Amino acid sequence: MNLDINVVDKESVAVVALAGEIDAFTAPKLKEALLPLTKQAGNIVEVNLENVSYMDSTGLGVFVSALKSTKENNSELKLVQLQDRVLRLFEITGLTDIINIDSTVRGGS
Amino acid sequence: MEPFDFIEIKVPAKSDYVGVVRLSTSGVANRMGFNYEDIEDLKVAISEAMTNAVTHAYDDAEDGEVTVGFGVYTDRLEVMVADHGGSFDLGKVKADIGPYEQSEPIENLREGGFGLFLIDALMDKVEITSDHGVIVLMTKFLQENKVGLDDDQISTTQ
Repeated sequence: MNLDINVVDKESVAVVALAGEIDAFTAPKLKEALLPLTKQAGNIVEVNLENVSYMDSTGLGVFVSALKSTKENNSELKLVQLQDRVLRLFEITGLTDIINIDSTVRGGS
Repeated sequence: MEPFDFIEIKVPAKSDYVGVVRLSTSGVANRMGFNYEDIEDLKVAISEAMTNAVTHAYDDAEDGEVTVGFGVYTDRLEVMVADHGGSFDLGKVKADIGPYEQSEPIENLREGGFGLFLIDALMDKVEITSDHGVIVLMTKFLQENKVGLDDDQISTTQ
């Protein structure tokens, strides 16, 4: 019931690997780690959700505010390797239309 | 009245305990025979209701509680999430509750953004009352086994 956040911040690309659950308890920590990365102009922030086994609307909220921040700061947000259950929430809420999600390689198995 | 088992859990109104309620939900739903997909739906829906209760119910008081009640029926699971912290009588609460209307001005729940929308999308029935604290009552029906004994093939969807 926790979330591990591993950030590898290279030149112009930040890879954020998440493992665990994103809920009301862990979302603030994620927001704190993610938002500063989106504030560097030109940065591509790639979030890997392969090991995220659970997410709810608190996670959607974090990614929406990160997306807003990328628009303001001219950076880019990309979500990769989402598990089916997590991807489904983005689909139900219509967020797949506005967030760059690469679901060609699915997480989990 | 239709017979049912009732399970009540009371937790502090803190986000720390959303995960605890989620695990309990998973346990109850699994015991009832819900399939994997439905259990995941239930986990999200109940976490959303818990998050709403935790985020908005106790802005002024730090020692609030959230009460979660599971009504276990043979064909469905009814879950109540109440942010008033007190115990409640399932029958009485159901008599007070009305259908959830999109136009209902429950400011606190609206602020949850996608939360209430997801509850509505993932559960079969959702009712909300806000007379004495906010109470969300959600129902999910057990899916009948779709493959009958007489069926000679199973269709799969890709």
